Amino acid sequence: MSYARRAWIVLWKDVLTERRSKETLNALFFFALLLLFIFQFALGPDRARVGAALPGLLWLGFVLSGLVGLGRAFLVEREQDCWEGLLLAPGDKSAVYLGKVAGNLILMLTVEAILLALFAVFFDVPLWPALGPLAAVIVLGTVGLAAVGTLFAAMTAHVRAREVLFPVLLLPVLVPVLLGAVKATEAVLAGEPLAAAGNWLGLIAAADVLYLTVGILTFDVVLEG
Amino acid sequence: MSAEPAIRVAGLGKAYAGRIVLRDLSLEVQSGEVVLLLGANGAGKTTLLRILATLARPSRGRAAVAGYDCVRQAEQVRARLGLVGHGSWVYDDLTAFENLRFWTTLAGRPAGPDALHAALAAVDLDRKAGDRVRTFSAGMKRRLALARLALTEARVVLLDEPFAGLDQRAAKWLEERLAGVKAAGGAVMLATHSFGRGLSAADRVAILAGGRLALDAPAAALSPDDVRRLYETHAEEGA
Repeated sequence: MSYARRAWIVLWKDVLTERRSKETLNALFFFALLLLFIFQFALGPDRARVGAALPGLLWLGFVLSGLVGLGRAFLVEREQDCWEGLLLAPGDKSAVYLGKVAGNLILMLTVEAILLALFAVFFDVPLWPALGPLAAVIVLGTVGLAAVGTLFAAMTAHVRAREVLFPVLLLPVLVPVLLGAVKATEAVLAGEPLAAAGNWLGLIAAADVLYLTVGILTFDVVLEG
Repeated sequence: MSAEPAIRVAGLGKAYAGRIVLRDLSLEVQSGEVVLLLGANGAGKTTLLRILATLARPSRGRAAVAGYDCVRQAEQVRARLGLVGHGSWVYDDLTAFENLRFWTTLAGRPAGPDALHAALAAVDLDRKAGDRVRTFSAGMKRRLALARLALTEARVVLLDEPFAGLDQRAAKWLEERLAGVKAAGGAVMLATHSFGRGLSAADRVAILAGGRLALDAPAAALSPDDVRRLYETHAEEGA
């Protein structure tokens, strides 16, 4: 019970501070808008090209905005001298990790929902018919992104070149999730049932479990520095 | 474990990038004892507290809190420790009340609203309980950090410059709190430059100079002037 309560209080703190400051959410919203303008200019009005590129573009948008958001995950702890407090709190540190992952997941899903709506408007793509299966793919993929991103954000929080190091470390590790997510998104946007992308979903789920397990087991060491 | 001193440091050494900060330091603090740790800037006070708090590893020697090794049994040490260091550990976008709620829950000792308000009242922040910490002065943030002490049951309390930025009332509360910890059988190590304040609560005075223990004497035997003179003498030696 104490473990769950400790994870919950970290999530509560992260959501509350973000809701009040809106620093990350505002930055991500404008970043996402900028991405969409760039994609729009690059692809032009050709619907066939847009349709073929959409799954990749969607996940490119998610990952790029995720990199910006996740990179700030431990900024508040570093800037406000709270890192030591997290470290010295007695008990299993993985509760802190899970709370952080949940906070990042909520933030990323919020941004992704906005991005998705903007994609539908900008590219005139009918996403509604595939929204249910698409949401399942997005949630599954974002769990992996948040799990490994939170861990790497903690690892690089005290590194001087963290802005460079964070994406360089993160992106190669994300390949299985991205591959599975793009392929599964392609399938559901083509109108296929979710089961048709079962193998890809299995790959994402396996990566999610692996990333979360590694995060839970190693966060203690990462926090210690 | 009960026969163990609250803090035991033996042959402790610490070097950062080749620069020696602590040299062969040995010191014991018994339960129910308050030790005032003095020293010039760079004398090694903060490093010693960080090693005891498990935030830094010694280069040589041993440090133990409540009988637990600060390196090998860090979790056991953390469970028995209260620390107010240089950082206030406050989130600017949470209120004072929410900050206390966060840290007590994270420490596995969730406190009810009454206890949280009482802790805030103790440091004269009860009227600011619902204000975001972003609007607080440095002294108010320090008081909020100290309010955590009112909610902890730590057997060993480590304080680094706790009087910095405190007004008279908060400083008086802190001295009473230290007396309370002491009366309950806890041990306190207090590093400060404001020895006029700290001395009244201390049982012993230890002076660090150049990373070595230059003086360890009962506080009762020393007047504030004695402490000032000794401090200045040893600070010059260590420089």
